[in-house]
This record gives sequence, C-alpha cells and structure tokens, in this order.
Amino acid sequence: MRISKMLLKRGLFIGLILTMCCFGQGLAASGAEITIKGSTTVLPIAQLAAEEFMDAHPEVDISVQGGGSGMGIASLLDGTTEIATASRKIKAKELGRARANGIQVVETPIAVDGIAVIIHPTNKLKDLSIQQIRAVYTGDISNWKGIGGKDMKIVVISRDTSSGTFETFEKLALNKQKVRPDALTVASNMTVARTVAQTPGAIGYVGLGYITKRVKALSVDRVECTRETIKSGHYPLARELFIYTDGQPAGQTREFIDYILSTEGQDLVRAEGFIGIR
Amino acid sequence: MLKIRETIYKYLFTIFAFASLIFLAGIIIVLLKESLPVFAEVGPFKFLFNKFWYPTYEPPEFGILSLVVASVIITLGAMCVCVPVGLGSALYLHEIASPTQRAILKPVIEILAGIPSIVYGFFGMVIVAPFLQDLLGIPTGLCAFTASLVLGIMATPTVCSIAEDALSFVPRSFREASLALGANRWQTLTRVTMPAAGSGISTAVVLGMSRAVGETMTVLMVAGGAAVIPKSFFDPVRPMTATIAAEMGEAVMGSPHFHALFAIGLILFLITLIFNIVTEIASRRFRIKLGLGR
Repeated sequence: MRISKMLLKRGLFIGLILTMCCFGQGLAASGAEITIKGSTTVLPIAQLAAEEFMDAHPEVDISVQGGGSGMGIASLLDGTTEIATASRKIKAKELGRARANGIQVVETPIAVDGIAVIIHPTNKLKDLSIQQIRAVYTGDISNWKGIGGKDMKIVVISRDTSSGTFETFEKLALNKQKVRPDALTVASNMTVARTVAQTPGAIGYVGLGYITKRVKALSVDRVECTRETIKSGHYPLARELFIYTDGQPAGQTREFIDYILSTEGQDLVRAEGFIGIR
Repeated sequence: MLKIRETIYKYLFTIFAFASLIFLAGIIIVLLKESLPVFAEVGPFKFLFNKFWYPTYEPPEFGILSLVVASVIITLGAMCVCVPVGLGSALYLHEIASPTQRAILKPVIEILAGIPSIVYGFFGMVIVAPFLQDLLGIPTGLCAFTASLVLGIMATPTVCSIAEDALSFVPRSFREASLALGANRWQTLTRVTMPAAGSGISTAVVLGMSRAVGETMTVLMVAGGAAVIPKSFFDPVRPMTATIAAEMGEAVMGSPHFHALFAIGLILFLITLIFNIVTEIASRRFRIKLGLGR
C-alpha cells in the first residue's frame, strides 16, 4: 500500500514535469503563430493573403478559420484569436463585452463588398426594387407572379443568424423586419449560390465574389451589381469588410494587416472578387 | 511486486469506470444550469408551444414547437426507411444468406455504419435533393422527405446489426424444437424466433431512432432549415440539432438565445434518455424471457 502511494507520487511528479514541458513549448512557438477567425465572406481574402504572407515569412504560421462574423468577434473577446474578420460593424453589445473583458477593440476596414440578389438563370426577371425584395423575404409576396415573373412559387433562401451577410442584408434590405419563417436557411455563401443554381424558383443573396455563371444577379432599384456601382456608392446593398484586433496590432500581426492593405494585398482582394479599400 | 501492480490497476480502472459518471453528472449540471434561465425568462409553456423561432430579432421569440415537430417528423420518416430495410436485411442475413453472402454482406453493412455523417449530408445535398426535386416536381429538394430518406439510410446499419445479434442470441434449441414439431421455416421464424428475439429487435429499433433524432450534420445540410411547422412532408424544416449547430457560434454567451439553445439540448437529452430507458427495459425483458437471468 505504502509503495503504491510512493509510485503514485512519482507518477504525479513525472506528469507535472511533462505538463511544464508542454507549456514551455507552447510559449516558445506562440511568437510566430497568428489565428484568424470570423466571416465566411472574408475567408477567401484571409486565406489567400495568409498563404502569400507565409511564403514571404516562413517563420510565421497563420491559421484561418470561418464560422461567421459573430463567432470571430466572440473569439477575439475570449482571447482565442489574434485577428477577427467581420462583414459587419461590431455591435454595441459586443463592445460592452469587450470592455468587461479588458479588450480594446481596434477596427481596420480592408475591403468593400456588395451583396448580390441572385436568381436561377432561367428566371426572366432582371430587376427588383428594395421594397419588392423586402416583400419577398418577409412573406408578403410568395409567387413570382406578384413581382412580374411567371406563375411559380418563390423559394426564399436566407442565411443562418451567425452570418454577417445575413445581418447586413437584414439591415440594408429588410429594414430589420423578420424573414418569413419558412425560408430555407443554409450555412455559407457557396451553398446559397449552389442551391439557387439548382432550384428554378429560388431567390438568394450572396457576396459579390460568389456570383457564378450558374446564377443570375439582379439589379436592385435599377442599379446593376458591379464593382463600379458598389465603389461609387450607387448600389444599395454594399458594405465594408473589417479586421478587428485587440489593441493596436503589433509584431507579425501588424505586418500581416499592413500586407493586406498594401497594393499587393489589395490586388488579392480584387482577385477574390471584392473591391479594394484604396 | 505483483500485488502492487494489481492495486495500481484496481485504482486506475476504478477511476476510468467512474469517469463516465463524472462526465454525465457534469453534462447534466451544465445543461440544467445553462438552460433554466430561459424557462424563467420565457416560461416553459411558451418555450415549448410557441411556434415562432426568431432568436436574434428585437424582441426575440423563443418558441421551439416547430423545431420539435421537425425532429419528430424527420425521425418518423427515417424509421419508415430504416426499420423495414434494417430488419429485412437482418432476417435475410440470419435465415437465408449462404455463408459466402454473409461474409460479404455483414462487413459491407458495417462499413455503411462507419461513413461519417458529413459525407451522407453532402451526398444528400448534392445528389439526392436535386434528383428528388426534378423527379417529384417540388419547389426545393431540401426538405423533410429528403432528410428522412438520408437519415433512414444512415440508421439502417445500426438497426440491422443489432437486430441480427438479437436473432442469433435465440438459442438453437428453440428453433430445433419448433422444426422437430413439424413447423416449417416461415412458421419457425414468425412464431418462435422473432417473438423470442422481439425485445432485442425493439432495442434495435429504438437505437436506430436515437441515432436519427440526434443526428446533426446531415439534417443541417439536407433538411432546408426553415423554422416552420411543415404543411407537407415535402416542405423544408429545421430540426433541433441543426438549430443548435447553426446558431451556437453566434449566440452571445449568457444571452437568452444562448440559454435557449442549451434548453433545446436539454430537451434532446431527455428524449434520448427516455429512448435509452425503454431500450434497457426491453433488453431486460428479453433476457428473462430466454431464461438467461438478469
């Protein structure tokens, strides 16, 4: 019995040493590790920029994750990510939590994105007004007949509440009214585009970078959804994309953000189908 | 030396054995602690029987009736697929299949059980949903029917392998006695083997049901995600599991929305707990019936 206790103690001791070793390693490596979490809209930009940046700086290890703007900001406030990406501005509620956690949120706009309203290519419709879009999404109109289309049920496709695209769309197009409860909700921009492409009666909304050949983007209030109209501010469903950090970014994080804002980085932004900030 | 080792093993395995108990207790405590605030805020009756789920609007609405209905409909639909197919294949494997067929079929069915649910989800979303949409002329293929079909296929191997085990636990003497009395194979199967294995088969069905009701990734991808009580089997729905998975990332910690998602988790937990208790009672009856004791 006594010997077993001794063994137990020794086991604990070894365990303690092992734990300390792991800790030490973690600390040593953290100098060159950057985690980016957040918006699925910003994800392709962050991914591409991270790859290019790591090619130039092999000592830096950047991991990029999606999850939604809300999740990215929540992670920043928990201290589990260095950089949060968001396709909407941080909310007052989140800022309150940041203050409570002792985190000083710094906002850096990196790109502009337009939300395109998309339909199936066989649908003859070309233009919808904001009011018509709102009527479709809130459930006042549920047949294409009601907005100048043919007699076909409208399959309304929306995004989950964790999506920044949803929150911006809700604010810009729906005026914060409720989306009809029987709207399909899917998890990503890509899924919206794919579902619209395979559903003749569908309407959906995606970031500018996700318009594919298999869907048709409508003009909104007679303004076509193009880079020029979004940049000039004429297209009504446009928004800025942001990076959030805790305090003024420093070290490698600073360099990475500077890289995205550089001419080279902004070229990547354009290459992914968004509009540069400068 | 041997004695020391045995003592160590004894304590080590005691810890392991009680670890699950600790995990379970921890999970129950957290579930209760995190979900009770929403009952206080919304009221349990309103939470369970309001059909509007608008967690992020001002003011928010937390009614999970349509989510519960969605889970129930999809689970029942999945049972319509996995019970006949699963039991049928179990009976075939047990009664008719030649040793060679068994040697092929059994591992194949087990492989089916090992495919990750996201793969089923992707399969359902990219292939089954568009196919059914064209075939049936419905507005969208992402609906309760498609989700049921895919979940049913997923739960089939569970039902099949447990039912097959139950059938093979029936003592040989039962069948021999029946055949000796002049009953043919069909009569032996329906009047002797199946009643003897009946509780084991019901265990298989209930476990298949647990699998279907708790499945998340597949329904998130295939069910359509509309939080509404469906008018038909071909309308999109939003089951409880999919709601938690889709919204947990966004919910602000400690907000009513966060607590409401935990409360959905609690209700799911209670449902599977009931299933487990039913299974336990059934399998106990099964052992007693065969004279195997408790």
